[in-house]
Amino acid sequence: MRFGIAVYPGSNCDYDTLRVIRDVIDEHADFIDYRETNVSKYDCIILPGGFSFGDYLRPGTLSAHTPLTNAVKEYARKGGVVIGICNGFQILTEAHMLPGALMPNIHGKFVCKHQYLRVENDKTIFSSKCEKGQVLKIPIAHHDGNYFCDEDTLKRMEDNGQIILRYCDKDGNVTDEANPNGSLHNIAGIMNEKGNVFGLMPHPERAAESILGTDDGMYIIQSVLENLE
Amino acid sequence: MLIKFFIKPRKGVLDPQGRAVAESLHNLGFSDVKDVKVGKYIEVYIEDKDKEEAIKEAHEMAKKVLVNEIIEDYEIEIVE
Repeated sequence: MRFGIAVYPGSNCDYDTLRVIRDVIDEHADFIDYRETNVSKYDCIILPGGFSFGDYLRPGTLSAHTPLTNAVKEYARKGGVVIGICNGFQILTEAHMLPGALMPNIHGKFVCKHQYLRVENDKTIFSSKCEKGQVLKIPIAHHDGNYFCDEDTLKRMEDNGQIILRYCDKDGNVTDEANPNGSLHNIAGIMNEKGNVFGLMPHPERAAESILGTDDGMYIIQSVLENLE
Repeated sequence: MLIKFFIKPRKGVLDPQGRAVAESLHNLGFSDVKDVKVGKYIEVYIEDKDKEEAIKEAHEMAKKVLVNEIIEDYEIEIVE
């Protein structure tokens, strides 16, 4: 498998992602510069976390209009698999590759902690190694993770099973108390209608080795691997 | 020629910054403050052209990058 990891000015989870792909799952990974226009050789492209372009204007906005993102958009249109983590998720919404928007956290604070997540749909290429209802523990670290979309979009996503992860407590209860950022219906991760583009605020690449406190991120990484092969 | 963009959180969308500022104003004794919206102000300088054309271009800039209409509203003003 060939993974491409996008690097925008201000990306800062690029090396974490590279390490997991190369050292943990032993697959090929390259960095891709944000000025690159050809991404066709990759089996999967990951937009990593960080503060690309300093979050200027809105998080993800300026990255969404780079040559690389334009190429990734075309790659996804042809069916290529794309994952956006944290800032990568923000880039995917700003590029209109995923519906909705990520607003500042409701309490106005940066939130950085381990978070429980409930798997809402296990019939996707990003969650096939999970069970529906399974609770994962994966870190979050963001200031703008408050997901919002209009009611029609929400209903369409619910009907299509596009909501993959929701914030929950350790027993899997999706409650306001378990919502770390004010996100609509506790949404933590969604995919597009076609099912080949996934955006999530939690960081699976920071939860890929048990020495870090949890390796639940591997459920997502292994799901992708299983479906690319 | 100058295009001024006034961007603010869309009606009905929560504005944590606005809420925090309103609370702070209350604490300072401005008890008549009912609501606060915190937005952005952007100045874009362009070559002189027909005003109608400039307005059209301004809306294109807003929709393509400057504003996210899912969560923000905007107004423009052209200064010749």
